[in-house]
Amino acid sequence: MSEASNNLRRQMLGSAGLLALFAVIGGVLVAGTEALTRERIVEQQRASLRSTLNEVVPADRYTNALLDDVMTIHDPELLGTDEVLTAYRARRGLEPVAVLFPVVAPDGYSGDIRLLVGINAQGTLTGVRVLNHRETPGLGDAIETRRSDWILQFGGLSLENPAPSRWAVRKDGGQFDQFAGATITPRAVVKAVRRALVFFDTHRETLLAPPAETP
Amino acid sequence: MSTHSDIVRNGLWSNNPGLVQLLGLCPLLAVSNSVINALGLGLATLLVLTASNVAVSAIRNVVRDEIRIPVFVLVIAAFVTTVELAMNAWLHELYTVLGIFIPLIVTNCAIIGRAEAFASRNPVGHAALDGFMMGLGFALALVALGALRELLGRGTLLADADLLFGPIAAGWTLTIIPDFRGFLLAVLPPGAFIGLALLIAAKNAFERRQQRPAPAASASLADPA
Repeated sequence: MSEASNNLRRQMLGSAGLLALFAVIGGVLVAGTEALTRERIVEQQRASLRSTLNEVVPADRYTNALLDDVMTIHDPELLGTDEVLTAYRARRGLEPVAVLFPVVAPDGYSGDIRLLVGINAQGTLTGVRVLNHRETPGLGDAIETRRSDWILQFGGLSLENPAPSRWAVRKDGGQFDQFAGATITPRAVVKAVRRALVFFDTHRETLLAPPAETP
Repeated sequence: MSTHSDIVRNGLWSNNPGLVQLLGLCPLLAVSNSVINALGLGLATLLVLTASNVAVSAIRNVVRDEIRIPVFVLVIAAFVTTVELAMNAWLHELYTVLGIFIPLIVTNCAIIGRAEAFASRNPVGHAALDGFMMGLGFALALVALGALRELLGRGTLLADADLLFGPIAAGWTLTIIPDFRGFLLAVLPPGAFIGLALLIAAKNAFERRQQRPAPAASASLADPA
């Protein structure tokens, strides 16, 4: 073998080795950070989920570990999505207090609007919050509590209050205000909240059932 | 070899990655809808750019030319992932808001651009300064655009500061224009393009004005009347 090809070979091996070395160093750096932050990230995600849930059902109303008392729900028609969703159940002792679950309004102005509804054992809404949406900033985003109080009016309502014909935005003959320049967003939200109530009504027994195994 | 003041001037003004090199436009345009979002992404970019410049400069004599690009990419990707994990752990709310734009720092051409054009040819100290100044220049451009859009779009500045600085900052929001319904266009994507164009135009106009007095002065000297 000639001197030149030997040299080339050595160079290539050297480069490959160097590249592998950097890959290992990079891998170690990322894996190390992941190990250091893993617990904290899980904790942060749970904390942020808990604070969202507590906006709908205040923490002093229930005594169980809300984040762990879950069941999966699936109903493309009433929940507005094909996904399997998670419902959280709030209890005081063994007494069911409320069920919290997400519902999707697929007919927003710009994509899905994901809501979180809380419904107490009597079938009354404890509250509704927006989890995420892509509505127009400045118009449709008034459904966020940071922008307006609009979404708070759902608290205390139920399937019978108001009457079914009034469960709509004002433009459609209902009792809910639309916002200036945006009707589609509130209309989608109102419909989704009503569908969530219907879902609760249909599955009341299972949703309020005692936990599978008593802790 | 460039002097320190050259590096500073380059990064912050005459070769600003956001306003002159127009690198990293994707995050610059997408995340500049409020001061806090802009500042969050600006700081993350600053951190990655400084760290990657230092690392690239430190290994510049070891890495052969043929494999330098993959090595740079590795280094940058590792730093970005580290910053992403750290933000997820300690600035969780802001991380949720900035979402996909944190991992996308890896595609910010300003970072690999500086690694290739500067850090791989200069000693560590210079490279660190260059990375910091370029990052700062980018962050300042981002914050300026963020301030412009937030002010025009919502009439406030520093809204949601608590995402970045914790609960003590909840009251930092400055309502500059009270009862302002908002100029919607500014917060929407077109506002980003128009705002950036205005900033670049303003920078160019300012520079032209800086240059003008000299010839004007000599003209008045030459003219005896």
